[in-house]
Amino acid sequence: MPKANFQVEIPNTENLPKEKFNELKQYIDGLKSTEGALIQILHQAQEIFGYLPKEVQLFVARALGMPGSEVCGVVSFYSYFTTEPVGKHVISVCMGTACFVRGADKIVDRIAKKIGIGPEETTKDGFFTLKNIRCIGACGLAPVVMVDDKVYGRVKEEDIDDILDSYRKEEA
Amino acid sequence: MQIKSLEELIKIKEKSYKSVYLRQHHNNDSDEIETRNATEDEISKNIIVCGGTGCLATDSAKLIKNLELILKARGYDHKVKVIRTGCFGFCEQGPIVKIDPDNIFYVKVHPQDAKEIIDEHIIKGKKIERLLYIEPVEGKKIEQHDDMPFYKKQMRIALRNCGLINPEDIYEYIAFKGYEALGRSLTTMSPEEVIEVITKSGLRGRGGGGFPTGLKWQYTRASEGTTKYIICNGDEGDPGAFMDRSILEGDPHTILESMAIAGYAIGAQRGFVYIRAEYPLAIERLNIAIKQAREVGLLGKNLFGTDFHFDIELKYGAGAFVCGEETALIHSMEGKRGEPHYKPPYPAQKGYRGKATCVNNVETFANITSIILNGHEWFSSIGTEKSKGTKVFALAGKINNVGLVEVPMGTTLREIIYEIGGGIQNHAKFKAVQTGGPSGGVITEKNLDTPIDYESLSAIGSMMGSGGMIVMDEHNCMVNISKFYLEFITDESCGRCTPCRVGTKRMYELLNKISSGEGTLEDLDALKQLCHMIKGSSLCGLGQTAPNPVLSTMHYFWDEYLSHVKDKYCPTGECKNLSKYSINPDKCVGCTACARVCPVDCISGEPKKTFIIDESICIKCGACFDACKFNAVIKP
Repeated sequence: MPKANFQVEIPNTENLPKEKFNELKQYIDGLKSTEGALIQILHQAQEIFGYLPKEVQLFVARALGMPGSEVCGVVSFYSYFTTEPVGKHVISVCMGTACFVRGADKIVDRIAKKIGIGPEETTKDGFFTLKNIRCIGACGLAPVVMVDDKVYGRVKEEDIDDILDSYRKEEA
Repeated sequence: MQIKSLEELIKIKEKSYKSVYLRQHHNNDSDEIETRNATEDEISKNIIVCGGTGCLATDSAKLIKNLELILKARGYDHKVKVIRTGCFGFCEQGPIVKIDPDNIFYVKVHPQDAKEIIDEHIIKGKKIERLLYIEPVEGKKIEQHDDMPFYKKQMRIALRNCGLINPEDIYEYIAFKGYEALGRSLTTMSPEEVIEVITKSGLRGRGGGGFPTGLKWQYTRASEGTTKYIICNGDEGDPGAFMDRSILEGDPHTILESMAIAGYAIGAQRGFVYIRAEYPLAIERLNIAIKQAREVGLLGKNLFGTDFHFDIELKYGAGAFVCGEETALIHSMEGKRGEPHYKPPYPAQKGYRGKATCVNNVETFANITSIILNGHEWFSSIGTEKSKGTKVFALAGKINNVGLVEVPMGTTLREIIYEIGGGIQNHAKFKAVQTGGPSGGVITEKNLDTPIDYESLSAIGSMMGSGGMIVMDEHNCMVNISKFYLEFITDESCGRCTPCRVGTKRMYELLNKISSGEGTLEDLDALKQLCHMIKGSSLCGLGQTAPNPVLSTMHYFWDEYLSHVKDKYCPTGECKNLSKYSINPDKCVGCTACARVCPVDCISGEPKKTFIIDESICIKCGACFDACKFNAVIKP
């Protein structure tokens, strides 16, 4: 069975600490086989680093003995993987059909206006990331906005200010 | 303790039954378990709380905690048990609490209602009127869930245990005949006999394609090679469908058991559940279920003392709609980009890691155990001539009772929307219902009496699909909804074949042009032509069906398209550039509310006289429409 190649040098950069690479290395090392495990490893890597920058992708590629382009191809294919760091709080607006017919697009516009960024972007201070996501299956509560793990159901445009302000206040 | 024979399982079932006998179950012909009253030293009441994703989002976890704390404080914790189950399906009214054996159903229960439930209902035996469900048409309060129109017409086979058992407790599953079907298959039937029962039952793939399940099993069994795989497709990608998630969360063991039965039938020893990473709760419950099943020897080696081995692993998806297509799913499981390939070879011949593989959908598996236990005659007596059994639909959109419903095939859309669904929200007018998600089409008023099955839905330009059912009212623009689906498709197209990658993008651009008011009649022709081209030349189902929402909305709502293009007018006002706001002089009282909220100051007039909107400045934000208390602002 193919095993990981651990002659790979661990990069050490300011934002990507060595400890995290070591943690990832340990995870890969613990797998019975690395055959077909790329997606599983990337899930773990994203869990550890929060996102999958080029350095992490290359590290995984080297460890599995595959071209970096192949790893990049997989990362860019799946919407769950992100190559940009995300903000402290992630605002996810459900764009499933049920939420859409109940006005989710207007909710996104309102949030975007309020925090001054578009979907899939992060505020300059790194506080909020705005994301459009596919159905989270809470269609009974449409339209749905999630901030981190907290679900807000039946959201109206005028509720947005209160919801987002509460996170700012908490911070202050 | 390991279960090594059917007799041992039955013994455990009888023992486990003590913890569930209080519960009233859904009306289902196949149930024969009777309920009885508790004796002095037994638990005498169950408080069942929905722990599905919808209800958890409205704080049902906190409610459970409160109930338990108060029970303890009142000294009732040895008499009353709080049970967290899977989804009840009635998500609109969540969180849901049911008290058995009283069979009282409470809706929209807040964590702070816990005290009243314990003090009034449990201790004093008084119903809490304000938490009862109010039927919207006649305004009557309804106590028992069997009496609710939402549940009355339903028939629960795939969802039979959702909202009934604690999904994190294998013994509750066993108490309701869990793993009996596997035991019987392994000890009294040959693999061929199992396949024969499934074939004769008429069960067809619930993922949308409708391929006969028994036939799929037979093909995989007939394939060469000794290593074969069973895959459960839990990559529920249709935005607006959530039945697979609810089954995995509410009744994970039925999936494991059915996969093992399928494994026995086709000759596979390993199974995989491919599940969306976006469903953390379903993943957690599946992991618990797999662990418990292994502990009691219902997964692993020598199941029921036979020489059959079977084990199951989870594989996580990473967010790609196309991975619901079986060949793409297999590539994704192999750690690659989830791109489909041309069939043949079918997975039944050459699938995961090059071995014969059988891929079935979650809901398909959820039917297997009932068919084995009750026989194919029972199952095939339900439904229509060519579509047997039931189908679960995720009813959502502009409808009163959003939720999961399971109905016999052949039920009409009108029954689902008006009787079970309680009609359209806010007394608006029904416009269309979309089935089959981004691959399906819209169905209008004139076809509402069509009995639902695979064939009838195709005949009216839509499809069964995985069971998403989005209801739209008069305020929804059909061009806009087509644009929504096309945007989804361009996002999700894997890029492998040109018609889908480039073609759907062009379609999206045309729709965008039309909805922004720059469309021409030629664009409509071009759009139609593109639809047929993409349908005929795409590699996989995603591309082949992508034009369906456009084709069907064009077919039924051609006038609406024309009006966008010729009159530059959107009749619903959803396409901002094409909407025109004006003020009805008969209704305007000159209260100034509209002028005050207008962000661009385009509304002018004197107090107590009719106001006027200057269309050349208006940005169509709709603020005036929302602000007017006299319905004087006319939104197109």
